[in-house]
Amino acid sequence: MPRIFDPHIHMTSRTTDDYEAMYAAGVRAVVEPAFWLGQPRTSPESFYDYFDGLLGWEPHRAAQFGIQHFCTIALNPKEANDPRCLPVLDELDRYLAKDRVVAVGEIGYDSMTPEEDEALARQLQLAIEHELPALVHTPHRDKATGTRRTLDVVRESGIAPELVVLDHLNELTVGMVLDSGCWAGFSIYPKTKMSEDRMVEILREHGTERVLVNSAADWGRSDPLKTRKTADAMLAAGFDDDDVDKVLWRNPVAFYGQSGRLELEDPKPDEAATFQGNSIRRGGA
Amino acid sequence: MAVTTASPPDPRTALDPTAHAWLDESTTKVAAKPAALRRLFPAARRRCGHGRLTEHWTVDEAARAVLLIALPLRGQPLADEVTLLHRHGDPAEQRAILRTLPLLDLGDLALPLVRETLRGNDTTLIEAALGPYAAAHLADAEYRQAVLKCVFCEIPLDRVSGLDSRADRELARMLADFAHERIVAGRAVPPDIRPLVLAFPDVIGGRAELQHALKEEG
Repeated sequence: MPRIFDPHIHMTSRTTDDYEAMYAAGVRAVVEPAFWLGQPRTSPESFYDYFDGLLGWEPHRAAQFGIQHFCTIALNPKEANDPRCLPVLDELDRYLAKDRVVAVGEIGYDSMTPEEDEALARQLQLAIEHELPALVHTPHRDKATGTRRTLDVVRESGIAPELVVLDHLNELTVGMVLDSGCWAGFSIYPKTKMSEDRMVEILREHGTERVLVNSAADWGRSDPLKTRKTADAMLAAGFDDDDVDKVLWRNPVAFYGQSGRLELEDPKPDEAATFQGNSIRRGGA
Repeated sequence: MAVTTASPPDPRTALDPTAHAWLDESTTKVAAKPAALRRLFPAARRRCGHGRLTEHWTVDEAARAVLLIALPLRGQPLADEVTLLHRHGDPAEQRAILRTLPLLDLGDLALPLVRETLRGNDTTLIEAALGPYAAAHLADAEYRQAVLKCVFCEIPLDRVSGLDSRADRELARMLADFAHERIVAGRAVPPDIRPLVLAFPDVIGGRAELQHALKEEG
């Protein structure tokens, strides 16, 4: 069975059944990027509680299923447009210093507004100051233009391109990203973004260097097993076990390992374990 | 006040040269600019390690205590900085803050942090909160409730500061009633409440089975 590191998945929105199925499919480590929740937050405090959850309750939950959980922290582009949420930028310093934070993210563009420009530039500087990689989301609308503009801002920021992944790429944006020296991320979705078969074609054309494959599973239609399904599709198409291990394990380890904060020893599930006195058992505390 | 028992052991004895230099450098930065602590405090565990230093202190807690003590602040500005560190801290950071409270010039301004901890369920945090700071500043009713909470959470009472001077007749009564409930339910009575109850034997009243349970191993 392949060992799998899902470099982008929003486990806060998933169930314990998902954790069980992921473990059974070979997933042993995940990175959960801070993003929006499908409904706007209206105050910075909501973000802080969310960040605390990404650093506390969620790794606790994941560990009970044998999975290592890390996160990335940022003010996401969509909510960077809401002046009520902007004070979050002033507190990111505290969170980016924490042990399980392995990148700044998701940052990037949603609608390419001046507010998003400001938040992206400022958070790339924070990545430089904290010596962290950056996970950069590319917009769903006007993707090619947005990706080009993102690459310009990344270049201007002075961050090393090997510390940056541009995510949610497709056939039209992968080339310019790999040419820039940044990493190329692909989110495999049931219907939109990218399918496992298209992914295999991209790997055939562009190779397996600096490529990350994720499920980006969240609260919407998505599938936390898309990483494993991509591994299976790669094998069916003639890639070998080493290629699969590179794309689905060694590449994400190499990318997030640049943080110096990946600790990948197996967590030991312990039914009696609690986080702040609370457990995932039912009927208990 | 029993501050000496709360003083952190010097973490530097357990640090390698790189970590030692990081802690010295960080202490200097914090002394010059308090806001620097916002980045340095969370990083201390990663930089210095988290092994056990003494029976009651880990390396990261002691290193964080050194950083907190380096803050060139007192009173309200110190309380504001410490409160925000606690607000944005993970449990390990909060534990270090709570343990260090008696060593900071805070008056009673950090009591909200102690109270918040006592409302929670994390026994390691509750234990850290009930050091000399809580013993010196909690009101009588709060202090009694805190001791009772420890008994419920099975935190050994020798980890609670101030019992020698603060355990009173009302606490003895509460613990006696608790023990009585346990006996009626057929459950064990934790032995460490015995001396606190027996210091005020009249609270046992005519409850013979209670008297028996409390005295049998005393």
